[in-house]
Amino acid sequence: MYSQGLIGAKTETTEDEAFLAAFQRRIDAEEKIEPNDPMPEGYRRTLIRQIGQHAHSEIVGMLPEGNWITRAPSLRRKAALLAKVQDEGGHGLYLYSAAETLGVSREQMTEELLAGKAKYSSIFNYPTLTWADIGAIGWLVDGAAIMNQIPLCRCSYGPYARAMIRVCKEESFHQRQGYEIMMTLANGTPEQKELAQDALNRWWWPSLMMFGPHDSDSQHGDQSMRWKIKRFTNDELRQQFVDSTVPQAEFIGLTLPDPELKWNEERGHYDFGPIDWDEFWRVVKGGGPMNKERLEARQKAWDEGAWVREAALAHAEKRKARREAAKMAAE
Amino acid sequence: MAKNEIPLWEVFIRPRNGLSHKHCGSVHAADEVMALNAARDVYTRRGEGVSIWVVPSAAIVASDPEHKDENFEPALSKVYRHPTFYKIPDDVGHM
Amino acid sequence: MSVAREHLVTLLLRLADDHLILGHRLSEWCGHAPMLEEDLAMPNIALDLIGQARALFQYAGEVEGRGRSEDDLAYLRRERKYLNCLMVERPNGDFAHTMLRQFYFAAFMHAFWEKAAASSDETVAGIAAKAVKEVAYHIRHCGEWVIRLGDGTEESAARMQAAVEALAPYVDELFETDAVSEAVAQEGVAPSPASLRGAFEATVSRVFAEAMLEMPAAAWPQTGGRQGRHGEAMGYLLADLQHMQRTYPGAVW
Repeated sequence: MYSQGLIGAKTETTEDEAFLAAFQRRIDAEEKIEPNDPMPEGYRRTLIRQIGQHAHSEIVGMLPEGNWITRAPSLRRKAALLAKVQDEGGHGLYLYSAAETLGVSREQMTEELLAGKAKYSSIFNYPTLTWADIGAIGWLVDGAAIMNQIPLCRCSYGPYARAMIRVCKEESFHQRQGYEIMMTLANGTPEQKELAQDALNRWWWPSLMMFGPHDSDSQHGDQSMRWKIKRFTNDELRQQFVDSTVPQAEFIGLTLPDPELKWNEERGHYDFGPIDWDEFWRVVKGGGPMNKERLEARQKAWDEGAWVREAALAHAEKRKARREAAKMAAE
Repeated sequence: MAKNEIPLWEVFIRPRNGLSHKHCGSVHAADEVMALNAARDVYTRRGEGVSIWVVPSAAIVASDPEHKDENFEPALSKVYRHPTFYKIPDDVGHM
Repeated sequence: MSVAREHLVTLLLRLADDHLILGHRLSEWCGHAPMLEEDLAMPNIALDLIGQARALFQYAGEVEGRGRSEDDLAYLRRERKYLNCLMVERPNGDFAHTMLRQFYFAAFMHAFWEKAAASSDETVAGIAAKAVKEVAYHIRHCGEWVIRLGDGTEESAARMQAAVEALAPYVDELFETDAVSEAVAQEGVAPSPASLRGAFEATVSRVFAEAMLEMPAAAWPQTGGRQGRHGEAMGYLLADLQHMQRTYPGAVW
């Protein structure tokens, strides 16, 4: 389950001030907003955008991990990975459903994804090169996602919050699954340990980027915080992630690829080195190693599935007609 | 619904006998049989239920949030519908 | 090892390999299904198959008594030692082909497990009792798709009928008998595959009638899987399956 700091939503609204103030009072009173409630257009648009991005991330996220299902090194690992990737599909489904309560269809959202108009978490534009990448994704990517998602369980929009509660419940095994893989590798042969360290080196920085741009560079963070769609800023969540991951890496004897990483007694947090934002934006805009392949794979599944979906609808029509004919005949 | 969009169904699951079906989410399916199968495959993977209902989302009639005050506020003042409204001495015991 | 035990091991490996290889093929769909709901349904079936394979491999290793684990058996045999039938290793083809193959296999296994639930071997009976419920759902799920695709659009009907023809040569092998299958049947361990034809055909013809599909024209039946003679696609499947175990011999995962 993977959310990323929101990229590029427009949050400005045109409703009059009394309406916006009344809405804000409901939010401030921690009231949940439900599908048919009056809401500012900007709130609706931001949610559709964010939930859609979140759902797309789940669906695209099935691809890099799915890449290793047939090559999983043991039957136990294979079953766990298959169940995990399936869960991501389920989480995408819950999220699309939550977005659908706002008046947008899954088909519309899918078409936006395929047209390159909707974003998804850019971490999935990196390739899974070895089995250790499956461990690293579970541990780091799911770990980062959990940081993002737990506060979303208290999001002001009811259907999104409820979807996140279900997701977080199911997700609890994902990070453990990944960490267990990494731990096994780190305690294994020298070659296995090398696999683990290599995967950690490649996934660490993209994982930190998952939280989105720095608060100072994030255009939409403030409004989302006021509307309680978001509860913590990108930087707060990123810091929380670093603080909890460093000891986990130490425990299994792996080194995080950041020479500037050190405990800051005064702040009570780890300091870490600068993130390469040029790389982040390059990957977001389509220049990552796998952007093209990921969208092509989704496009292919969508196109090749068209005749199946059409057949299901055609058959449903026939069933209905036959049922009605039988009813008429009986009357 | 636009043409070629697969209809949405609301899914209700009974967690175990003795409890009522509870709304747990939705699925897309072309017909009711496939909707039941999809609900089973999506929402009962961790042993969440013993019975499933699916209802076309379009068949649900919802109250208008604009009517919220007139629908629900009048009930709030009817305190005499609640047992705590009536003062009975503690000595009487549980009633 | 006594002859009876050898037969039992062969039976268990044939069954385990069927489930492992078909589970492998089905899991290739994960993330690429025609609709999201199916991206959840197919892994459910694949997970059932992998679970059944694990139970069968574990028992095969135990009966064999040479200390081979489920993973040793699943990953570290040469191609000629895999005893699955040819149908399960066939490449996925389109969704119609995948659903029909799964439906055929489920229709056969349901009949098999129903009988095997009364096996004279307690472990086999236990595996069967669990599997028969799982596979009953596979019949329903895949059967409903066969019906929808067969009686859907012109294109889907043509694809479904093409799948029927493409898989026809691989149906007979399911019912193949030999000294091993007859010996275990004799001892009441597992039903003779030949005895399951009626039940299989009843399931298939019920669904085909609703799907407006014609039973396949007589095909040249293909055989060899039970003796470890596979199709050309099998080597590539095993290259994927065994990749890690072969690259890092002896490592623990």
